[in-house]
Amino acid sequence: MSKILVIGQHADGKLNSGIAKVVNAAKAIGGDIHVAVFANDGAAVAAQAAALDGVAKVLVVDRAGNDDYVASAIAPQIVALTQSGGYSHVLAAGTTSGKDFLPRVAAKLGVQQVSDIMAVHSATSFDRPIYAGNAILTVEAPAAPAIVATIRLASFQATGAAAAAAPIEKISVDAVIPGHTRFVSLAAQKSERPELQSATRVVSGGRALGSSENFSIIYSLADKLKAGVGASRAAVDSGYVPNDMQVGQTGKIIAPELYFAIGISGAIQHLAGIKDARTIVAINKDPEAPIFEVADYGLVGDLFALVPELEAKA
Amino acid sequence: MKALVSVKRVIDYNVRIQVKPDGSGVVVDGVKHSVNPFDEIAMEEAVRLKEKGKVTEIIAVTVGGQKCEETLRTALAFGADRAVHVKVDEEIQPLTAAMALAAVFKKEGAELFFLGKQAIDDDAAQTGQMVAALLDLPQATFASKVDIDGGKAVVTREVDAGLETLEFDLPGIITTDLRLNEPRYLKLPDIMKAKKKPIETVSLADLGVTAIAGLKSVKTANPPKRSKGVMVKTVDELVTALKAKGLI
Ligand SMILES: Cc1cc2nc3c(=O)[nH]c(=O)nc-3n(C[C@H](O)[C@H](O)[C@H](O)COP(=O)(O)OP(=O)(O)OC[C@H]3O[C@@H](n4cnc5c(N)ncnc54)[C@H](O)[C@@H]3O)c2cc1C
Ligand SMILES: Nc1ncnc2c1ncn2[C@@H]1O[C@H](COP(=O)(O)O)[C@@H](O)[C@H]1O
Repeated sequence: MSKILVIGQHADGKLNSGIAKVVNAAKAIGGDIHVAVFANDGAAVAAQAAALDGVAKVLVVDRAGNDDYVASAIAPQIVALTQSGGYSHVLAAGTTSGKDFLPRVAAKLGVQQVSDIMAVHSATSFDRPIYAGNAILTVEAPAAPAIVATIRLASFQATGAAAAAAPIEKISVDAVIPGHTRFVSLAAQKSERPELQSATRVVSGGRALGSSENFSIIYSLADKLKAGVGASRAAVDSGYVPNDMQVGQTGKIIAPELYFAIGISGAIQHLAGIKDARTIVAINKDPEAPIFEVADYGLVGDLFALVPELEAKA
Repeated sequence: MKALVSVKRVIDYNVRIQVKPDGSGVVVDGVKHSVNPFDEIAMEEAVRLKEKGKVTEIIAVTVGGQKCEETLRTALAFGADRAVHVKVDEEIQPLTAAMALAAVFKKEGAELFFLGKQAIDDDAAQTGQMVAALLDLPQATFASKVDIDGGKAVVTREVDAGLETLEFDLPGIITTDLRLNEPRYLKLPDIMKAKKKPIETVSLADLGVTAIAGLKSVKTANPPKRSKGVMVKTVDELVTALKAKGLI
């Protein structure tokens, strides 16, 4: 039977919402599931992890500096824990932090990492997207010494709440933490809007918006619909919106129930981010725009007239 | 200070990928290939640092078959001074590539290593972090701003929450995100000059690297197809349809 270590990534005292999905992926693999929380003081985060269905145990490694999640500091602790605990699998959420520290763990363990698992066939066989999701590769990973993988959050549902909380154990790990890298700051966008990656509805705007002022019609429609707000790379590069709003191959991969692509042409790199959206609505003035090939509902016309009308009538 | 830049040959980002009917992979023969877009950004960043006098020599490196020489020529046209071609004919995976790249970094005594944040063929996003781990060096991934000064690098990173800033002591590894810079347009004289620049060819064995067991590809398939939906003529029609489905 597998023994699975899930890395309990967190920020601001909150377990990342993706961890509930990683636990579900771990359940599909099958085995004993432990969540490891690396934090300055991980008690609160550990309690959240312990409440997830399927988790057998939560391990807390408290150390000053762990909250910053610097890859060169977290990775050696995960490596030490994997080896001392005899884990067969190490899983992390495919967030920017998981993508940052986990390959360091894989390299130290001497294994290739499986990036972005989107389906589990067995304890050693998985599907993952390649070429911006334009092909799906099924891989078989060597079981020994361990399988190290990130989970594509858009592909999994969250596990439910546990009937009874899992036990929490404080542990220490034997790892040397280098002093060569220092966290300086995080400029996070604070927003009252639903978070892009967990929102059930998302409204995205593209280059066609033309300016950050004009982008307000996107925010305003989103607020009416209680939706998160996204953007194409062109809109981010042009400075209309911050980088964390980019949806696509190199931005966020999302799976909302309802997605609005407004003034977005539908380049393959953008579509890579919305393949799992349940319903896609596109508004574009060009009837030939590729976005209409994948849209469930397409509306041709000038967004500056159509979006306010939609907001009024929705 | 020497800077190393890795460049990978990949199918051009504009090509519509075709999965082979027998599931053995995607069609690569006769398909346009280019330098991985993130690696062009890596090259550009190194060249800008050289122009500012912070980097003295740029070495481009690739791991792959004969055709990767073109990729190195492009890097040389961007402004690399010379190139190292780690010649491997078999398909290689990120950890093996990282072992080769780490060996070249060490052999060259470089202090900065720029890699792309991900190769757009395998979309692995692993290699730079693995090089850093193998060499026990600092890493700053997904960089959108880099400052090198006084033996230190200050790097702004694109993360899910926004922008994070890290500082590390050189030597170190940086992987590039799209907004770090806009690669220059290559001019014919630079492309001509690149033809005369030296490329050293080495094997994995020369570097003391043995390819490690990788992930076995079982099959490659097309993603589930989204069917084309309906075109609506008015906002009213759209709102009615979305309400009927309980979506709004
Ligand atoms: C390696 C790589 C990675 C990339 N990663 C991403 C990524 O993660 N995410 C991403 O989005 N892109 C990514 N891109 C960029 C991608 O290729 C496209 O350039 C980008 O998605 C285009 O953005 P856009 O649709 O907003 O702009 P455009 O392609 O310029 O489209 C604008 C659209 O707006 C329409 N329009 C104009 N005016 C109006 C109007 N008044 N009313 C209605 N419609 C109007 C036009 O008809 C057009 O279809 C990547 C590219 C590369 C090379
Ligand atoms: N075979 C290779 N040759 C040269 N560089 C590579 C190779 N494989 C990966 N890289 C570098 O590592 C980065 C990330 O690749 P990957 O981890 O495969 O997504 C790329 O952008 C390249 O800079």
